Amino acid sequence: MSIVTVQLGQCGNQIGFEVFDALYTDSHCPQGLCSKRENEAYQASCKERFFSEEENGVPVARAVLVDMEPKVTNQTLSKAAQSGRWKYGQHSCFCQKQGSGNNWAYGYSVHGPRHEESIMNLIQKEVEKCDSLSGFFIIMSMAGGTGSGLGAFVTQNLQDQYSNSLKMNQIIWPYGTGEVIVQNYNSILTLSHLYRSSDALLVHENDALHKICAKLMNIKQISFSDINQVLAHQLGSVFQPAYSVEGSCHYRRNPLGDLMENLVPHPEFKMLGIRNIPQMSENSLAYSTFTWAGLLKHLRQMLISNSKMEEGIDWQVRPPLSGLPTLGKASLNRGLHFNMSIANLVILRGKDVHSADLGKQKLRAYIHQYTKFGIEEEDFLDSFTLLEQVVASYCNL
Amino acid sequence: MTQSVVVQVGQCGNQIGCCFWDLALREHAAVNQKGIYDEAISSFFRNVDTRVVGDGGSISKGKICSLKARAVLIDMEEGVVNEILQGPLRDVFDSKQLITDISGSGNNWAVGHKVFGSLYQEQILEKLRKSAEHCDCLQCFFIIHSMGGGTGSGLGTFLLKLLEDEFPEVYRFVTSVYPSGEDDVITSPYNSILAMKELNEHADCVLPIDNQSLFDIISKIDLMVNSGKLGTTIKPKSLVTSSAGAVKKQHQKPFDAMNNIVANLLLNLTSSARFEGSLNMDLNEISMNLVPFPQLHYLVSSLTPLYTLADVNIPTRRLDQMFSDAFSKDHQLIRADPKHSLYLACALMVRGNVQVSDLRRNIERLKPSLQFVSWNQEGWKTSLCSVPPVGHSHSLLALANNTCVKPTFMELKERFMRLYKKKAHLHHYLQIEGMEESSFMEAVSSLSGLIEEYNQLDATKSMPVEDFPRLSIAV
Repeated sequence: MSIVTVQLGQCGNQIGFEVFDALYTDSHCPQGLCSKRENEAYQASCKERFFSEEENGVPVARAVLVDMEPKVTNQTLSKAAQSGRWKYGQHSCFCQKQGSGNNWAYGYSVHGPRHEESIMNLIQKEVEKCDSLSGFFIIMSMAGGTGSGLGAFVTQNLQDQYSNSLKMNQIIWPYGTGEVIVQNYNSILTLSHLYRSSDALLVHENDALHKICAKLMNIKQISFSDINQVLAHQLGSVFQPAYSVEGSCHYRRNPLGDLMENLVPHPEFKMLGIRNIPQMSENSLAYSTFTWAGLLKHLRQMLISNSKMEEGIDWQVRPPLSGLPTLGKASLNRGLHFNMSIANLVILRGKDVHSADLGKQKLRAYIHQYTKFGIEEEDFLDSFTLLEQVVASYCNL
Repeated sequence: MTQSVVVQVGQCGNQIGCCFWDLALREHAAVNQKGIYDEAISSFFRNVDTRVVGDGGSISKGKICSLKARAVLIDMEEGVVNEILQGPLRDVFDSKQLITDISGSGNNWAVGHKVFGSLYQEQILEKLRKSAEHCDCLQCFFIIHSMGGGTGSGLGTFLLKLLEDEFPEVYRFVTSVYPSGEDDVITSPYNSILAMKELNEHADCVLPIDNQSLFDIISKIDLMVNSGKLGTTIKPKSLVTSSAGAVKKQHQKPFDAMNNIVANLLLNLTSSARFEGSLNMDLNEISMNLVPFPQLHYLVSSLTPLYTLADVNIPTRRLDQMFSDAFSKDHQLIRADPKHSLYLACALMVRGNVQVSDLRRNIERLKPSLQFVSWNQEGWKTSLCSVPPVGHSHSLLALANNTCVKPTFMELKERFMRLYKKKAHLHHYLQIEGMEESSFMEAVSSLSGLIEEYNQLDATKSMPVEDFPRLSIAV
């Protein structure tokens, strides 16, 4: 079954590119440890999920690129085309000329309705190309205007139009010390809207990814593409095909369905996080000695202690969904776990964000930018309330 | 990709504008090697086939034929504009984009605003509409003028109201040169205060500049260049004041170096909107993030580095120095000390080979020494553009919404009151139709209101961070 990816905004598009790249590289990696038959079955399964075939044999990613200004989508499309190994569909891109200005209200209330038809048409075309649709994977950031505002709108539309398909939103939690000043407002509004219309929210924090790059991968000057590659690596390990009950060479057919089934038992608790080990640069691989049991133990420790990296562990639990080592760099292990730790994250970050926001809101700072486009103070209040409820539910667990 | 139109008003505005176009051409020439008219260039220039008479000559793609600036030049005396048209940049401007008169405004805001305003209103609107029509998607008007004179100050601010009515969706960014302490125009306080009222009400964002600070920056650079310290040679192109490699090759006039700084400010401001990068920042994001309340839209700017040493590979220490310099009071383009005042918001726009980790590291490092308002402790907006400015490998533009602009305004008010109490020179203004003493009083009270808002924010500086209670809900 296939997954259609929707990449929104600068962040979404930059990450989306890295994800497809990682998926492709992984499934076509020459260093496999399994038999040829295995490899082929794996490749076929992976390909079907994320790529569709085109005439000249170059796989085309099942993705729709959306941005309100052309620079990033142009860059992404050309990077993919230049790599020669895979590319995006020629017509799968929708962009406008003027961005959303980091304004959630602009993305949601202006761009959303204005471009609803065109965007949904593009998605429809992508869906029609699939034999059977597993669901949607929507990549967006929470701090900006397009990813967050338009992303929330699009997710809502998908909920209405494709109510039988599952939707997983990959959201990026911005750096604590600010990338965008109004990121708190944008994040709160996004989270509250997504909570109502999405099936699962997979959260990645820029801070955590940054630390992974710095400590574990030893990159000196970390760029956004480094951070995105780590993210893509983690996502790859989640989405790559895993064995089904029938045994080897048969892969589970419904990736999103499986994930949701195990990880989102109750619609109140939708937030997910990823722990991935080992995380290291390719160079160090030669010097590492891992065993499956060792990795599992380490992972358990990480989960229990709520840490995102292998170092600096601390304590909390839930059994991970087990998958199988993917072909590629090393045996990857990923614990995608239903998340008390994300709950903690929500609570902690929620505290920062909320107090920052309530403070700002009390003084009505920046609110005039949002009311210009139809988001009133009541909307903010609604969002706050919903999220407080979520936080309370998690606390009660 | 969006386009912007530059409206340069008065002698100061036009001279700065001239330097701006010069440096813009230089920058695009350096980046665009193939001579193809692309979206980056189209943000400030039109591509025109000069053989076609009339309006049909615009070409949207393909090789660059002849570039015309998206500009409207306005001056009530002919000297400056004529000089531009006879200089090397004459082909960049379309003769239809000019509005001139002969007599000038006599350093009188009222003449500029009321007399010439009504006289030229239709013409101005027509030229603006024309330049807007040439744009695919017009995002912003950049107005360049001085506050102390007559045309720039009066007619320049008259424009703002016109733009607000005619193009309400388009942003209005104003670069205003404020009079320094030793200004030679006696009536400059009157002109500035009257103009401030218009800026308060009709501009989206104002970048105040003053000549004295620019002059100090130049002196610092000269000192560095001439000190001839052992082993340090400065790359001439990299001076923030230089126009090396630009079109104008004649002997640099005295204000040129200072004007180049302002020109570089505008180029850096728009760089992330024109060129690609890993974290883009468009012009609408500037206003969104840096203007928490509509009244407080004055942004103090600083550009670093001022020059690049020719023989040094950039180690991390130098990069960090660039960030530190951006917050020092010697690098601000207006007399202000942001470090000792309260920040409402701050934007860091980085160009060149700088990555997000460098940015984060420096923010963490500098944060403790800066005071942010209690409800916006994390008030940073960052952007990374991959294309560095000409002659540098990286650069930084810092825009701060900071209460340090208050002293400038208070000084201005004081100078105004000194003149006004004696009613000195007032008759020049009052004899213009439409001007009354109440106009002056309104202007002063508008400024006082602004100063009061900054005062209130400053008062919160020493207060402890209020802990807002979370919303409690029934579970």
